Amino acid sequence: MDGMKNTPLLEKHQGLQALLAPFGGWLMPIQYAGILAEHRWCREKAALFDICHMGELLFQGDIEGDGLEHVFTFSVKKIPVGRSRYGFLLNERGGILDDLIVFRLAEDRAMVVVNAATTENDFAVIRSRLRPGADFTDITPALGKLDLQGPLARAVLVETFGEDLASIPFFKFVKRELLGVEAIVSRTGYTGELGYEIFIPVEKVGELWDLFVRDERVAPAGLGARDLLRLELGYSLYGSDIDEETTPISAGLGGFVDLGKEFVGKEALVAEEREGSKRVKVAFRVDSRRAPRHDYGIYHEGAEVGRVTSGAFSPMLGCGIGLGYVTPHCAPIGTPLTIRHEKVELQGVVVELPFYREGSLRG
Amino acid sequence: MTKYYTKEHEWVEVVGEVATVGISVHAAHELGDITFIELPATGKTVSQSEVLAGIESVKAASDVYAPLSGTVIEVNPDLESAPEIVNQSAEGEGWLCKLEPADLSELSALMDEAKYQEYLKGLS
Repeated sequence: MDGMKNTPLLEKHQGLQALLAPFGGWLMPIQYAGILAEHRWCREKAALFDICHMGELLFQGDIEGDGLEHVFTFSVKKIPVGRSRYGFLLNERGGILDDLIVFRLAEDRAMVVVNAATTENDFAVIRSRLRPGADFTDITPALGKLDLQGPLARAVLVETFGEDLASIPFFKFVKRELLGVEAIVSRTGYTGELGYEIFIPVEKVGELWDLFVRDERVAPAGLGARDLLRLELGYSLYGSDIDEETTPISAGLGGFVDLGKEFVGKEALVAEEREGSKRVKVAFRVDSRRAPRHDYGIYHEGAEVGRVTSGAFSPMLGCGIGLGYVTPHCAPIGTPLTIRHEKVELQGVVVELPFYREGSLRG
Repeated sequence: MTKYYTKEHEWVEVVGEVATVGISVHAAHELGDITFIELPATGKTVSQSEVLAGIESVKAASDVYAPLSGTVIEVNPDLESAPEIVNQSAEGEGWLCKLEPADLSELSALMDEAKYQEYLKGLS
């Protein structure tokens, strides 16, 4: 397809007869055996995801002096070396340009992992907020990324590469030689299961994929399963649940914002905290197997109060679940909602996140 | 007994006064994992090509059209709790409903199996 970027693993996916579709400017695998089977595999065993499309940006230099400290909603210099942190890149209005994770590789090095579709813009925005001449590069093309997620992920990783990888704590990472090259093995993910994100030079990512796929406990999973897994945890998807028109406060993600430091967009968030959000994100479940879907209307006592931003049938809950924005008076847990689109009408209720609580995440 | 197919991938098989309706194996495969099926109420009358049922998969929601005009006399009771039966056996146990057909001459507007297979080749 014209202008579409290809993952370095494209031929492997074609060999597995994956259904491929454009995502964030990349041609990516949506499913292999089937979305539900892959979802179940991740909850019970270990699923392998090709995440080579996500962007990686590398900063080297003086975090404070070169300006990186004031780019994100959290303090980079306070992240201990070997740890990572989730947060946001905002515009002046407090709108979310991207959600991302910063890995503190060394005192003077940080890797920013961003969404595929936003990589180019993120790079330009961050660059513009750094001291001119600061050492900041887009290393996406050089780096492959595989995610191994599921309750058996640790056993697979350790048996493949060694016992020393057994003890990485949640949200910590190690730099470690894999297949003769330096890789980053990070205990992070988005499925609610025990899992790892592995960054490895692109020329070795195919070999790493083959090594994992050969293990009978591992099955490849596509972006379809990934979307169901993340939604069962209630994690926001950039471009659907959060975007430039939403703020971390309205999205219920204020916990990833440090108002004690300076960053672009802070004033808008301070004002929003003071005045209250005009609309807020809620999670809801419905009394049907039918899925509430993106852009369905949300109603309360007959009046339209918002829109669905993400929705799906949850295999683990056996009903439709969703995220959406509503006027604040409909946000309290237990508020009854009606989800409506053309002939579809679903009865729902606002619930607490995560939807699914039984995962092996912290195991 | 012959199955007839629509361009929208429904099938119908008529035995005596009963027309059994479903979606084709091809359609079930294209939809992917089916998670919900909205079946018509028994007693409902439909015209050929009118919306008869709704099917949702993990990926999308789509309509099922009536291959023949008629009255719904039975729906598949297993599909409410186990819609995945349609993925497993779209043209067998995964039938959707049975109609009392109003006019069997409408079958002439449909494709037989050989023509439907040709039609599918043209789509790929």
